[in-house]
Amino acid sequence: MMQFSDYIFYFFSSILILASLKVITANNPVYSALSLVLAFFSAAGIWLLLHAEFLAIALVLVYVGAVMVLFLFVVMMLDINLESLKRGFWSYFPFAILIAGVFIVEIYLVVSDKFFLESQIETFGTSKSNTHSIGNILYTDYLLPFQISAVILLVAIISAIALTMSGHKSHKAIDPKDQIKVKRNDRIRIVKMKSEKR
Amino acid sequence: MPVTLSHYLFLAGILFAISILGIFLNRKNIILILMAIELMLLAVNINFIAFSYYLGDLAGQIFVFFILTVAAAESAIGLAIIILIFRNYKSINVADLNRLKQ
Repeated sequence: MMQFSDYIFYFFSSILILASLKVITANNPVYSALSLVLAFFSAAGIWLLLHAEFLAIALVLVYVGAVMVLFLFVVMMLDINLESLKRGFWSYFPFAILIAGVFIVEIYLVVSDKFFLESQIETFGTSKSNTHSIGNILYTDYLLPFQISAVILLVAIISAIALTMSGHKSHKAIDPKDQIKVKRNDRIRIVKMKSEKR
Repeated sequence: MPVTLSHYLFLAGILFAISILGIFLNRKNIILILMAIELMLLAVNINFIAFSYYLGDLAGQIFVFFILTVAAAESAIGLAIIILIFRNYKSINVADLNRLKQ
């Protein structure tokens, strides 16, 4: 007997698969990025079905809001020669579809096991909200990984800025090193000249 | 057919296979390769969350939280590297990145 949530699952997962197929076959990288946004949205819907509300919202905010906009920026900023990138697009297709097909068949053989079909749903102790219970264990049992992830983000910020900062200066800033070394003679020049009569 | 844990796992498997296919097809375009990697991480995250729900353990969701963090850092640095590559080579074609060969 199918419930309403089962129909929602099939709806979201078919959109997810179609969108991800569009990501890898689109002619223009901008379309790929937009299809990836759609894929992330439908994945967030599936996560809502699994009662992971906090992560579903975080996926939409972090990925759709930040990472995909970054992708779109880069795609639009670079002047990409699409013809040279598309050359030989389908040449490895038979080999690739073989590998992907074997992968899907193997996954199917594993997950159609009776254990996965009959596994019981246990509740998280539903008195608290999902965000509340995640916060409870994130700030106690997983405090050290949480701080390490903060350090990782800091390193990512520094490295991204350091990588993309170009050598030449495009702005009118004062270099403090040169500013300190300034001598009097660099700035003023006393010119001796005779006073002239009118 | 009622949805069980195996449906979620199979969906994640299909998504992972699609992104493998994407890396094969778009092997010349670095940006598309990065997007396929993002799809792979999404498939893994779906696995984690499905297990977390059906086994009643929140640790899976914590893992997804950390994966999201690291993936955001990874894509930021990856895109910075792509910009550097484009600045130096005037192209993001993987076939053009053969300076070590010469």
